[in-house]
Amino acid sequence: MVALETDTASNTSTSVGIPNADGMVEEETTRLTGTQQFVTFAIGAEEYAVDIMQVREIQAWTEVTILPNQPHYMRGVLNLRGIIVPIFDLRRRFDQGDTEATSIHVVVIIAVGDRIIGILVDRVSDILTIDGSEIRAVPDLDDSGESEHIIGLVTAGERMVALLDTGSLFRHEIISSSLDAVEEPFAQQG
Amino acid sequence: MDEYEQFKTTYFAECAELLGDVEVQLSSLSDGSQDPEVLHAIFRAVHSIKAGAGAFKFTQLAAFSHEFEALLDRMRDGRIAVTEQGVNLLFKASDILSAMIEAAESKTQQSEDFGKEILDEISLIVTGKLAPFQTIKNSDDNQDSQVNQESAPDEKLTYQITFAPKAQLFKHANEPLLIIRELKSLGDLTSIPILKNLPSLAKMDGEEAYLAWNFELISNVRLDEVEEVFEFVTEDCDLEIKTVSDNSEPEDEIIEKTSVATQSSDPANQTAKSPVTAAKVTSIRVDLERLDRLVNMVGELVITQSMLSQQTNDLPSEQFPHMVRGLEELALHTRELQESVMSIRMQPVKSVFSRMPRLVRELSAKLNKKVNLTTIGENTEVDKTVIEEISDPITHMIRNSLDHGLEGTEERIELGKPDTGNVTLSAEHRAGRIVITISDDGRGINRQAVMKRARERGLIAETATPSDDEIDNMIFAPGFSTAEKVTDVSGRGVGMDVVRRNIQALGGRVSIQSTPGKGSRFTMTLPLTLAVMDGMIVQAGGDKYVIPIPNIVESLRPAKSSLKRLPTGQSLVHIRGHYVPLCSLHRVFNINGAITDPAEALVVLVESEEFGTTGIVVDELIGQQQVVIKSLESNYKPVPGISAATILGNGKVAPILDIEAIYRISQQELRNSPVPDDSDHSDVSENVQDSLASKEAATLAAQNAEIPTPSIG
Repeated sequence: MVALETDTASNTSTSVGIPNADGMVEEETTRLTGTQQFVTFAIGAEEYAVDIMQVREIQAWTEVTILPNQPHYMRGVLNLRGIIVPIFDLRRRFDQGDTEATSIHVVVIIAVGDRIIGILVDRVSDILTIDGSEIRAVPDLDDSGESEHIIGLVTAGERMVALLDTGSLFRHEIISSSLDAVEEPFAQQG
Repeated sequence: MDEYEQFKTTYFAECAELLGDVEVQLSSLSDGSQDPEVLHAIFRAVHSIKAGAGAFKFTQLAAFSHEFEALLDRMRDGRIAVTEQGVNLLFKASDILSAMIEAAESKTQQSEDFGKEILDEISLIVTGKLAPFQTIKNSDDNQDSQVNQESAPDEKLTYQITFAPKAQLFKHANEPLLIIRELKSLGDLTSIPILKNLPSLAKMDGEEAYLAWNFELISNVRLDEVEEVFEFVTEDCDLEIKTVSDNSEPEDEIIEKTSVATQSSDPANQTAKSPVTAAKVTSIRVDLERLDRLVNMVGELVITQSMLSQQTNDLPSEQFPHMVRGLEELALHTRELQESVMSIRMQPVKSVFSRMPRLVRELSAKLNKKVNLTTIGENTEVDKTVIEEISDPITHMIRNSLDHGLEGTEERIELGKPDTGNVTLSAEHRAGRIVITISDDGRGINRQAVMKRARERGLIAETATPSDDEIDNMIFAPGFSTAEKVTDVSGRGVGMDVVRRNIQALGGRVSIQSTPGKGSRFTMTLPLTLAVMDGMIVQAGGDKYVIPIPNIVESLRPAKSSLKRLPTGQSLVHIRGHYVPLCSLHRVFNINGAITDPAEALVVLVESEEFGTTGIVVDELIGQQQVVIKSLESNYKPVPGISAATILGNGKVAPILDIEAIYRISQQELRNSPVPDDSDHSDVSENVQDSLASKEAATLAAQNAEIPTPSIG
């Protein structure tokens, strides 16, 4: 327990220790002027989004083939027209319980670098068109470490949408030579 | 701009081929070939590279190839003698050329003076400022070229051969193709099939002989050697062999050799007399990506076809006769299409073999041993996916043979062996697989040293008495290396265990046979392709898995009485006097809902070099099927116990099992929980109480290296 606390403390201190961490985000967002489109989807009441350019297709949940001894949020693999695609459960990934996947659940197939993966979500909401300057930095408040997978926040009407960094979210599962290309998904378009 | 890039791509593809040619030719040069055509060929290749480099404005490359070409030009007309140092310089120059091309292709900037040392050496020699290796003194150009011609051992002769097999030839079980191949081995062969007697397919009589050939053979062999090729068939064919003395200089243009095209029906080929005019472009260059796309698409087609046939299996054929017949034909055609598409990707192993003479040359110099490398069967074809993978294991085994296998020159002389060691690298097809052997006539495996090391490392039990063969193959065990000192050549941290693991990952096997004092032989067998394979589909719980057929020995439902268990928790099955360890797929993979009692499940006996025979416990066999291998790792991380995946007829993904890894996982689990306590095994545990059975099993386990003991690493 003690060890855990020091761990968290050191974590926080490192993230605080980089003084321009926030500054960099600012810089990035100001650089990203011009409109961008995001596909938003939800698990429960929470909304997430990925860059529309990453999305390959959206399909209803079908039974997957389970791979042995994998993390619980890795649901299995799917045959996508001859390509074998791993499917991740976003709810489980964020430790928010279990998804009883049915055919009304949705799999969003996205490209992360040169990898193709699927994310299991409850539903796809809509497509957001926003100006780069509207992307807000994630407040560095929570210690869970999960905020590092969020690139920024966007307000759409009353809703808050978190922009997912898919590359870092599944970093361990999709070790790829091209992860460098994933580091800055927005920069590619800027 | 796009078109320009496209030309560039073609240029680099050509360069790669040309460099390959240069390598081959240089090797034959270093083997002491006196054939002037060798230097001509190198010259032409370098010249082509230079021309392209100039066109694309790769100035550094162009400048270097210009000097290289100049050197070759002087060598080929004899102004500079071809000595051993000369050949070495050529090798170095070709390395630099290759590095420069690579740099140009990847658009990386090289330092200005890259390769300058060699360039300077070449230009000094070319301009005559530096004394070339050994100049032929007091000779002007003309005399030199004469010297060169005289030094050629035999004058080349041109044989014109007409060969028309009669029907008896085939009845006597002779095969013209083999004769043609043998002819080809004698020299430069141009073959023109005569097809004028070939009737239409409908009129063809399977027992008749319709084909005949005109050959032109340029070779320095004697007439009787050519006649010898036809020795067994002279009675059964019309044969005419004429010699034409070949005094003309080889022309500088590239003559594409026509392959033995028996199926070509081009009338131009029948009338053509001169080999140069008969030479037609018989191959086209295809982008690899396109080819891969084609192969993938055919793979999809195979899956769709198996899905269709699965869905319509239950159709009553009397109600849908056309549909059923159509599907049968579809299956037939799909299989044929797949085979022909796969054959497009088949390449001779030459591209890998041709790199080895150089390796041997460099290594033997470094080790100060005299080595003669013989390669056999370099035209044996395998899929390009396999070609890419065999280079490293072959390199490693040759290194091993040279470093550990062959004795030093003095030692060989003391032993009364010829001072030059022999290493033979050969390839052949056998039973739908490619077999590559690397043999040497060195000292063989020092079994005492191997045993000692194996005991030290705990690879075998102290009391075990393995057979000679088993000892020899221990060099493949993980963490094994007998080299007393780590040498520069081998012992770079990569042992034979890695070689074996890599080969097994490809669905191959490797083993070694050795005779002390006489030498050793590595035998490596590999599938011809890595794109498809025959698999057995099995079920465990609700999930389906594929076990590669080459691994499977048999499958059986064990009787309850044949199931035993060791005190370590290892389950065994007693089959025909042998105890075979079992590993349950459901336990290794944590599958829910599978049959847990081996007595009610099915045991698939699988075999591997790593652990011998083991039994994989599954619920059920579903059936045998040709499966298309799909990579799991293109979108996901590697999964232990699974080598790849395939797509079944129902469109679902099925993992292909890596049985070695599964075995390792099950051993790992046994060690982590030495006394597994599950109720479903209680009856088997009772068996263990039966002192005789357990004692017997335990003794066997200690004696037989196949059966793991806790000490196995």
